[in-house]
Amino acid sequence: MLNTRLDVAQLRADMPLFTGPNWDFGSLRRTYEAIERIAFDDLGLDIYPVQIEVITSEQMLDSYAAVGLPLMYRHWSFGKRFAYHETLYRKGLQGLAYEIVINSNPVICYIMEENSMTMQTLVLAHAAVGHNHFFKNNYLFRQWTDAGGILDYLSFARDYVAKCEEKYGLEAVERVLDAAHALKEHGVNRYAHRSKPNLAEERQRAEDRRAHADATYNDLWRTVPTIEKEDEETAQSEKQQEDIRGKLGLPEENLLYFIEKRAPRLEDWQRELIRIVRHIAQYFYPQKQLQMMNEGCATFVHYEIMNRLHDKGLITEGSMLEFLHSHSSVVFQPGFDDPRFSGLNPYALGFAMMSDIKRICEDPKEEDREFFPEIAGCGDPFGVLRHAWANYRDESFILQYLSPAVIRKFRLFHVADDSSKPSLRVDAIHDDVGYRRIRSALSKQYDLSRREPDIQVVDVDLTGDRCLVLAHYVHDGVLLEEKTCRSVLRYAAQLWGYTVKLLEIEAASDKTLKTYESGPEGK
Amino acid sequence: MNIVDRRPNPKGKSLSNRQRFLARARVEVKSAVQEALRKRKVADVDHGEKVAIPTRGISEPIFHHNRRTGRSDHVVPGNKEYVRGDEIPRPTGGEGRGGSEGSPDGSGEDAFEFTLSKEEFLDMFFEDLELPDLVKKSLKDTTAVDLQRAGYTVTGSPSNLSIPRTMRNSMARRISLRRPKLSELEALREEVAEARARGEEEEAERLARQLEVRERRSKIIPYIDPIDVRYRRFDRVPRPNTEAVMFCLMDVSGSMTEAMKDLAKRFFMLLHIFLVRRYRHVDVVFIRHTSTAEEVDEETFFYSRETGGTVVSTALEKMLEIARARYPTDRWNIYGAQASDGDNYGADSSRCVALLGGEVLPLCQYFAYVEVGDGMGGSLTGLSRDSDLWRAYSEVAPAHPHFAMRRVGDPAQIFSVFHELFAKGGVRA
Repeated sequence: MLNTRLDVAQLRADMPLFTGPNWDFGSLRRTYEAIERIAFDDLGLDIYPVQIEVITSEQMLDSYAAVGLPLMYRHWSFGKRFAYHETLYRKGLQGLAYEIVINSNPVICYIMEENSMTMQTLVLAHAAVGHNHFFKNNYLFRQWTDAGGILDYLSFARDYVAKCEEKYGLEAVERVLDAAHALKEHGVNRYAHRSKPNLAEERQRAEDRRAHADATYNDLWRTVPTIEKEDEETAQSEKQQEDIRGKLGLPEENLLYFIEKRAPRLEDWQRELIRIVRHIAQYFYPQKQLQMMNEGCATFVHYEIMNRLHDKGLITEGSMLEFLHSHSSVVFQPGFDDPRFSGLNPYALGFAMMSDIKRICEDPKEEDREFFPEIAGCGDPFGVLRHAWANYRDESFILQYLSPAVIRKFRLFHVADDSSKPSLRVDAIHDDVGYRRIRSALSKQYDLSRREPDIQVVDVDLTGDRCLVLAHYVHDGVLLEEKTCRSVLRYAAQLWGYTVKLLEIEAASDKTLKTYESGPEGK
Repeated sequence: MNIVDRRPNPKGKSLSNRQRFLARARVEVKSAVQEALRKRKVADVDHGEKVAIPTRGISEPIFHHNRRTGRSDHVVPGNKEYVRGDEIPRPTGGEGRGGSEGSPDGSGEDAFEFTLSKEEFLDMFFEDLELPDLVKKSLKDTTAVDLQRAGYTVTGSPSNLSIPRTMRNSMARRISLRRPKLSELEALREEVAEARARGEEEEAERLARQLEVRERRSKIIPYIDPIDVRYRRFDRVPRPNTEAVMFCLMDVSGSMTEAMKDLAKRFFMLLHIFLVRRYRHVDVVFIRHTSTAEEVDEETFFYSRETGGTVVSTALEKMLEIARARYPTDRWNIYGAQASDGDNYGADSSRCVALLGGEVLPLCQYFAYVEVGDGMGGSLTGLSRDSDLWRAYSEVAPAHPHFAMRRVGDPAQIFSVFHELFAKGGVRA
């Protein structure tokens, strides 16, 4: 280690780290050292230690299939994913990603042997440094992802599933996993739970409450007429119901958690399988809310690092051109009417926004001073960006930092789609009136709680037929897709063991719009 | 920083996932394979195949919003001409503006295409086929035996000595009889010597007596006793006699057009792949005939060209001759498959019937006759134009349940006919 550091120090400033497309372990190491130094000294990044693993393209396909994780339990759906990607790859419809990076401690960064040395440099700057910094610092990852434990947990999960398969049969395990996979989007905790009540604290709180009641006692309340006798009875039973629901922790938005804990007919191993699916879904939950920022951060970091390497003469002109070619295709954003269009490119938007923050900090215009008075011209772009990377997610980042310049650059416009009307209406374009509207509309588009259906367990009939009642709270009249909803409910009923009902409830008016029902075994 | 080279790691980590997926999609994949087979050349049979399967059995549903309901907002890039308040006609079809940020795996729902490996493909294709009645009725004269491990025994040859088992018994016995350990004896001896050296005679005497008792004990209780010894035991298990021979008979005479020969070859090629794949111990004998018959090797059978007259009986005679010489019926299961256009030298047909019914069929477990047409005729004109051989064989068929006849008109039928002939449980003509 010490030796290689000396090597780098002894390099003349104008001598490139490598020439030509071929890579070897020495040049990888040298390049990484140089990149890391820039990351620490110039950009002020803070990263986990890195483990670089060189793999072949087949191994890359394997990792694709296991949703990018190095270890995974066995399930046919991963085989399906593998077959799908393999076909695309063999047909040449889809290139493989240059790298996969795993949010663990140390961060594991897979690089493919086919890449040229320039691409390896890009990958190291992008993944091993850019993503790495984001993983370590963003508040959602810090809160939800246990980077140190994920690999151990995955290996436990794989072994446990294998053991269950041996003991209870492939089919039985598959049935549980299939059903759990169908609900995995709804198997995550969206908020940190209240910590377990502590007796001393509870007592203190009760005392405070009594003291408050004493202090604000008003005799007048006694004279207010009370509820009639019969009403009282119904109120009593209603209160009882409420109590039961409260004890069960209802309403509960983590469907898998509720089923794992409360489903009456599951065996212990089945509960554990559900738990595994739930934990892995939870691991991915932050990534879904951070995709644009995560890719933007990595892209911005690699762009800065590559430019600095070039400025210092550490990479050749040829490498720089190769990098720019690849970079510009990564941040390419086709327009909505382009056949290649498939939504906003998270790399492009993230990179553009972060580059623009840098410009605002260094060289603001009048408009920027108006929109971003607190950062315009502050002269510390990396400080501002580090703060943003640490404390925002896609939705809030856009709401806070999407600048008019970026809106103009992408020529964003806002379309309102009301299914009751025959045509769509353009609501805002990139003009003075439109900037703020586009910004808030785009931010909503990235809001996971709006993108995914809001489904909760609202009731369960423990004394009667044990029917589980789910509710989908309908916002803006957007209902569930009928066919998939029925199949998912069948899976839910299979886990629950009794009938499961789903009500589509208009959130604004509390009106039930539609009811689905499914018994176990597809009855 | 740490660099690890993972390239030497075994690949195919997701192989078992792939197998599970195929098992899951079995029904769909199978019908896709049949469909694919209809279109391909036989020479390509043992390559992999790209199959597209509908996603019924392999869909992974999750709760989705229905985008056709309610109100939603989209922000999209690339505005060229729109200003606020413009109305855009609703796009038809799935091509959506905006809202396509669904799950990345939601794609490919209509048909799901992937490539099967050669092995997987053939497995699927031959899955429910087998040679009928493969196991000979009697196993009495079996000579082959397999050795199978069957626990341990107290007698046996030295080569079968099980050292771990023996040492385990020995150790258990030594512990339970409290045989002194060598180290204990050594320690005691030293103590005696020390006591002597110190001049404590009485103490030395006492220790020496103790030592003597222990030494005697260790002599009486041997380190390894004959009762400890164990040998590995093997049982002899008779191996069922499944040796089989398949005779492939093909007419290569002038009356067979190229198209017909091609059909016949396709049939045999399929049969050949099926046999070598399914049965490790199946011999295949290739006999081709014009006015004379000869045994040829696989290569010649499939690829060389020949013309001449047609005397079908020569092939049957050749088959009998070879069977008698090399494949005695008490040891071998004999199967036959014959392909011909049905033309035969006039007077020969009756002889064929006699040979087949009288000698060949009693010898065989199963005999299949495939008549190849010229593509247009065959199936179309069907009954009106039965060939000599077809008429002749039809007389034999009813009396012999293990004789089957089929007609093939064009390449597309080859696979279904093959399937019928070798379906599990057997379809009889």
